[in-house]
Amino acid sequence: MPEAAAAPLAEPRPPRKLYRSSDGRWLGGVARGLAGHLGLPVIWVRLVFVGLFMADGLGALLYAAFWFFVPLGVGGVEARKPPSLVTTETSPDGRRRLVARKPDKGQIVALLLMVVVALVFVGNVNVGSGAKAYLWPAVLVGAGVALVWRQADNARRARWAEVGRRRRTVTLLRAVAGVLLVTAGVSGMFVLQGSAAHLGSVLQAALAVLVGITLLAGPYLVRMTQDLSEERLMRIRAQERAEVAAHVHDSVLHTLTLIQRNAENPGEVRRLARAQERDLRAWLYKPEGNGKDEADEPATVADAVRRNAAEVEDKHGVPIEVVVVGDCPLDERTGAQMQAAREAMVNAAKYGGEGGAVQVYAEVEGRTVFVSVRDRGPGFDLDSIPADRMGVRESIIGRMERNGGTARLRPVPDGGTEVELEMERAEKTS
Amino acid sequence: MSDPTEANTTAGSAEAAGSAQTAGGAGGRHVRVVLVDDHRMFRTGVQAEIGQTGQTGVEVVGEAADVDQAVTVITATRPEVVLLDVHLPGGGGVEVLRRCAPLMADPERPVRFLALSVSDAAEDVIGVIRGGARGYVTKTITGSDLVDSIFRVQEGDAVFSPRLAGFVLDAFASTDAAPVDEDLDRLTQREREVLRLIARGYAYKEIAKQLFISVKTVESHVSAVLRKLQLSNRHELTRWATARRLV
Repeated sequence: MPEAAAAPLAEPRPPRKLYRSSDGRWLGGVARGLAGHLGLPVIWVRLVFVGLFMADGLGALLYAAFWFFVPLGVGGVEARKPPSLVTTETSPDGRRRLVARKPDKGQIVALLLMVVVALVFVGNVNVGSGAKAYLWPAVLVGAGVALVWRQADNARRARWAEVGRRRRTVTLLRAVAGVLLVTAGVSGMFVLQGSAAHLGSVLQAALAVLVGITLLAGPYLVRMTQDLSEERLMRIRAQERAEVAAHVHDSVLHTLTLIQRNAENPGEVRRLARAQERDLRAWLYKPEGNGKDEADEPATVADAVRRNAAEVEDKHGVPIEVVVVGDCPLDERTGAQMQAAREAMVNAAKYGGEGGAVQVYAEVEGRTVFVSVRDRGPGFDLDSIPADRMGVRESIIGRMERNGGTARLRPVPDGGTEVELEMERAEKTS
Repeated sequence: MSDPTEANTTAGSAEAAGSAQTAGGAGGRHVRVVLVDDHRMFRTGVQAEIGQTGQTGVEVVGEAADVDQAVTVITATRPEVVLLDVHLPGGGGVEVLRRCAPLMADPERPVRFLALSVSDAAEDVIGVIRGGARGYVTKTITGSDLVDSIFRVQEGDAVFSPRLAGFVLDAFASTDAAPVDEDLDRLTQREREVLRLIARGYAYKEIAKQLFISVKTVESHVSAVLRKLQLSNRHELTRWATARRLV
């Protein structure tokens, strides 16, 4: 039934690759991986393996082969295949319990199960009395190998998930335990062969060979690991460079093309160049905020001032130099102040832009937020403006006063106008 | 009047510096400059803008592209002002300042440094100023402003761009919380006011008018700020820089 349900879902998807599951596995994740691949409940696959094991140990061989050849996958069944939903439906409680269970507990259960099954196997199958003596050493060797192999899988998984790093002692213990089990098993076989007397010399010889191999292969191994780590470093660097290149390519080359096309229009060229400069600076000098979050609303005063200045600069083609001292989160009052400041910047850019760059200075000191916008234009006298022209009065002075702040407009001694906006931050700021 | 050949003798050069200060006006001034920047294009550009000695009074006597070259060239030519880039191969502008410290301290013919940077990072800029540079201007500065700044630095004055003033205010604002050495680390109200006006884009002359003080007084306030910045406790400023990155 579940196969039938899974089939139509599985049809349109690209061919799945078989992976061993790293989540919720008992031993090597073979059964879980296969179940995910075939769209079957895990328990079925496990039962099939156990059944095959009864058939002259075929299941164990098969399992070992899968474990050896199939790579470990990320995430396990759930992450790999959406149709696992079907299997969850068929046996919801069973599956959930399996997933929730700690892998280490599962492993103990699996080991116990293995021992039981092996005993049953030995009891049922006649392997000959001579071979029977080798059973326990063989079981020991098998357990040791399983431990070490799982260890290797864990090391691989740790690279993806960044887990297990703090449990270095545990992994070391496991490796040692695996080696001890295998050694004990192999030694046991020697003992059973009746060559217990020679055990010492055999072990010595084995050790000597091992040392010899290490001496011969050691340098190659060391160099290989060095090469590998070096290669990884190079790859990381290349990736970083590719990222920079992508950015430079996308924005800088694009802007340069536009500049070439607009070469006879100095205002447009200047605007493009300034916008590009700002973008590149934000990208290069912002330590962790990568400057890519242009879309969302500014959250702080400094952000808001910079963004307003950039927008006005883009729109009116007048360079605006911004200096910000201190910072604080935006609230209702400072938000209004930012709007007034923006209005002042627009005015400065429109009427005072010929005299040079507009200078914006914002300072947050204690509870006071101060913004000054100055231009070096022809100057501006509020009293000479007709009473029905509400631009400055309403959008700058009025707005500030309604929100409990002050606005001053004054001519600068050597020409130009300066707008000073002062506002107390709202009392309750989270 | 200040012939470069005179610079071979200490006395001659001191005399030349003195006459340059008294002459003050256009034409009479003369300053020897070394350009340190790793971009050849930029050096060429600056050279083209300020290098017409007849008009600007600036004579470029040497160029360098990295720290080792810079130290060699500066030691060999003994310029009055060095235009120093913040980012340089071999340790950056700070390293040049460190290795040229004896030249800066020379009472007879001090070599003065003006940082010329494209960097927006406050840490870079404050670092160079703390290393002993007499001022900081950005690379977007116009040729005539740059010439002005060079002469101001030569005369022993400090040159603060609006951006640098902002950085300094920022640095001192947060060190105010727990000043280790109050007399040294704190800015006076007046100095703070002057810095604010610089940050708002005012020229020294405008600041003088605004605060009803003389230009000389403005200059002395700015120099005092520079001195405090260069002497102020390293720990505080480092903490400021780290805190800033976290904000």
